[in-house]
Amino acid sequence: MARFIDVPDGMSRRHFMNHMAGAAALAAPATAFTNSILANATDMRKRHKAAILLWMGGGPSSMDIWDLKPGAPTGGPFKQISTSADGVAICEHMPLMAKQMHHMAIVRSMSTREADHMRGRYYMHTGYVPNPNVEHPSYGAVISHELADQVPNLEIPPFVSVGGGSVGPGFLGMTWAPFVVDSNGNVRNLDMGVDPARLAQRMEMLATIEKRFIGERRGASADDHAKVLDKTVKLMTSPQMDAFKVMKEPKDIQEKYGTSGFGRGCLMARRLVEAGVPFVEVDLGGWDNHANIFPTLQDQKLPMLDQAMSALVADLADRGMLDDTVVMWMGEFSRTPNINGGGGRDHWARSWSVVVGGGGFKRGVVVGETSSDGKEVVSEAYSSQDLMASVLKSLGISLETTFTAKNGRPMKIANSGKVIKELFA
Amino acid sequence: MRSRLTMLFQVVAIFASAAAVAAESGVADHYGIPQVKFINEQISSGWTESGLQPSPAATEGEWCRRVHLDLIGRIPSAKELHQFLTDSSPTKRPDLVSRLLGDDYTDEYARHWTDVWTTVLIGRDVTNERVNRPGMRQYLRRTFSKNLQYDRFMEELVTAVGTNANRKNIDGFNGATNFLSGKMEEMGVENGVQATAKTAQIFLGLQVQCTQCHNHPFNKGKQNQFWELNAFFRQTRALRRFEESQDVQWVELVDEDFAGEGGNPEEAELYYELRNGLMKVAYPVFVDGTEVAKSGYLPAKMEDGTAYGVHRRKELAQLIKASPFFPKAIVNRMWGHFFGYGFTKPVDDLGEHNPPSHPELLDGLAERFREQSFDLKELARWLVLSKPYAVSSRSTAANVRDDPALGEKPKFTHFYLRQMQAEELYESLLTATEAGQAARGEEAAKKKDAWLAQFIIAFGTDEGDDATTFNGSIPQVLMMFNGEMVKEAVSTGKGGFLDKVAGSSMNNGAKIDTLYMAALARKPSSSELSMANRMVAARKGDVVGALQDVWWAVLNSNEFIIKH
Repeated sequence: MARFIDVPDGMSRRHFMNHMAGAAALAAPATAFTNSILANATDMRKRHKAAILLWMGGGPSSMDIWDLKPGAPTGGPFKQISTSADGVAICEHMPLMAKQMHHMAIVRSMSTREADHMRGRYYMHTGYVPNPNVEHPSYGAVISHELADQVPNLEIPPFVSVGGGSVGPGFLGMTWAPFVVDSNGNVRNLDMGVDPARLAQRMEMLATIEKRFIGERRGASADDHAKVLDKTVKLMTSPQMDAFKVMKEPKDIQEKYGTSGFGRGCLMARRLVEAGVPFVEVDLGGWDNHANIFPTLQDQKLPMLDQAMSALVADLADRGMLDDTVVMWMGEFSRTPNINGGGGRDHWARSWSVVVGGGGFKRGVVVGETSSDGKEVVSEAYSSQDLMASVLKSLGISLETTFTAKNGRPMKIANSGKVIKELFA
Repeated sequence: MRSRLTMLFQVVAIFASAAAVAAESGVADHYGIPQVKFINEQISSGWTESGLQPSPAATEGEWCRRVHLDLIGRIPSAKELHQFLTDSSPTKRPDLVSRLLGDDYTDEYARHWTDVWTTVLIGRDVTNERVNRPGMRQYLRRTFSKNLQYDRFMEELVTAVGTNANRKNIDGFNGATNFLSGKMEEMGVENGVQATAKTAQIFLGLQVQCTQCHNHPFNKGKQNQFWELNAFFRQTRALRRFEESQDVQWVELVDEDFAGEGGNPEEAELYYELRNGLMKVAYPVFVDGTEVAKSGYLPAKMEDGTAYGVHRRKELAQLIKASPFFPKAIVNRMWGHFFGYGFTKPVDDLGEHNPPSHPELLDGLAERFREQSFDLKELARWLVLSKPYAVSSRSTAANVRDDPALGEKPKFTHFYLRQMQAEELYESLLTATEAGQAARGEEAAKKKDAWLAQFIIAFGTDEGDDATTFNGSIPQVLMMFNGEMVKEAVSTGKGGFLDKVAGSSMNNGAKIDTLYMAALARKPSSSELSMANRMVAARKGDVVGALQDVWWAVLNSNEFIIKH
């Protein structure tokens, strides 16, 4: 049988919806479920806010990319070049990004304390240090949760992670978990292999079992399971899944982003945001450069990053999407200003840079400053929660928002971080 | 064939009465095992202190399912379930546990704990070239087949030497080397940082990795502690070996004299850097402050017969074995395995900043485990025969606030739901569809690895950190909905499970009962049965097709995939 999902909007889909209208949804009230799948998918293009996080797993050395120290003994061999933003210089191996810096802002005064990969990863994704008693929601969960209402017809997951796992939804629940895909946009096991009428019958049987088990008060995971089933059915039958198909993009655009997995991921991020997805994370690992850092950066990491990131920023700007789309670049921490015996740099969190742009952010600026050897922040220092508060503000999300964790404890959004005022006009 | 299905039908018939007996048969009983009595007393007094009431006992079918999943990593077969439910002996529970821990199930027990410990020791990431997963598994299977004492197990892993892959023409295979073979080097720097961190985490329940770079802000860990522990691994090298002209490689773990970074092997030191840039020196000192000789030489004798040198990893294994954290760490890990939550969360963090929910129980079980010669099967027996393991997962008004998902310390008043691990789901699908017997051996293990690989996400760090999407999210549901494995399970091919059930002489109701018993260890409720009958009617007499739909729904349900 043909793949049902490939039929965009024709008979099969309507046929399926008619069947599903009879089958109760598992978790949500049946009406809400069928209403949303029956809704017209053409409203999707209306303006909406979104964020794209370029996550650099392993901890990239920001002093070799965004905050060079040419004269310093441990500054490394890279030179800096001027950019399209007045007075802003970055690494010579980022020539394409140099032409886009008028859209972006560098925060050179990040100072954090978590220099272990998993702890840093958690902290930079959530604004909270790991705590054994509560799991905090990550950027993707918070932003997709807060912006979910702006695209009511979204049938694909609101939080997509490309090429990596991101960090989970914590107490917001599995509904806001990242949907993980590889950079080719392949989603496994989409093909139902049975006709829609039959799937609808199966779902009805399944709903009976799910509801009985949920009704026995065994715990939240029974309920969560049903919610995810609902979302899966929605996604399996949605023409919006087309957004994952990077290869449908015109060849010249594909070439701009490059053929690397990260390049394709960035292009997919743009397609997903266009389709209404409020949060996409694209992962590029391999920054844990304890040895041979300079050849690794120069020959491998930076050219790939430069091409894909610059293409993404330029593409968003060209399409008029940048004012509504925040782009962020960061890893879990940075690397030591000292160069170790193996020609590498080790973990360092005390003074480092992140890059943001788009949304309501001020463009073409540098925030903060580090000392001449890069070892200290010499201006006001900012934390993960400050960055998160700023990103949320630039998306128009209220910083007064308070979540209730599962234990009933109120949790202020972004851990009460303070907005980085220099990022706003 | 026919007689077996008739028997299944009988299972269903006796099910209700067996469940009734269970409620009275005194699950509070400790079966004459003092360690079980100790657990029951400790847990009960926790209930009293916090003003909570335990839930009633789980049904016999639920308990039977639990104990199979947790001990041998799969749900019970219809036959095993029948045998248990029809057993009227008052010692049926300890008898079943003894069977599952005994000779009949040696292979399955070893397979399950091999899965569990493979993940603990080397993670799920299959891309680390310095780790040979078949080699690791081979070692673990042998270890768990003979129920090697846990202290010996730790010693073998921590002191392993030899080659990590079992290949023709390669001498000195020792699968235990895979624990350390991938943890000695990072990006060309051979300093055993990961070996240090993982050894402390797994065998002592101490998270020392943060103190690698700095004094820990929240616990008492100091930077020197990390590097002094790390010094124990400095006589060890993981050497990459290549077979000429072929793309075959393996790792040989060897011990060598350590010259010391200061150039004096008599006092072989290493240097580490403080955050202010100062260099400090470290010699091997255990986490409790015990020092060992500073020599970097391996034990040897001079010409005049005088012995010198020290084997640092062997010294470390002895210190670990003597440490009170050693039995506590494994008791906590095992408790977490059987109860969904350990006494601390995460189970491998017993630092002072993270106090346990039941300190006396943890200490007491740790002592008893040491007294029992570190016998893992005995420890497992105590836990599954205890009262908290027998309570229902259904919460009551008197204990609904006992919910560790809310950040409360667990009180174990009811059985906490948790999803099967991917490995357990895989084996359970094979069991439910009676396809399990065909799938054994290394070929089957490779097939399983390939299936598991679809869920793995690597984080791109040198430490090989990974996560799984087999976590209740959409990719997992898609796999259960449409994946090959489930398609096979619900296929109506000749001689397959559904074909056999459909072709039997049972009436339709009994056929549906059979599916429910096979997957959920219970009969369908009346509303489920009527829904299933409606599906038979809708398919206009295509019973096989209707059974296929019911079976698909049962296997996709929360009740199937959640341990409860």
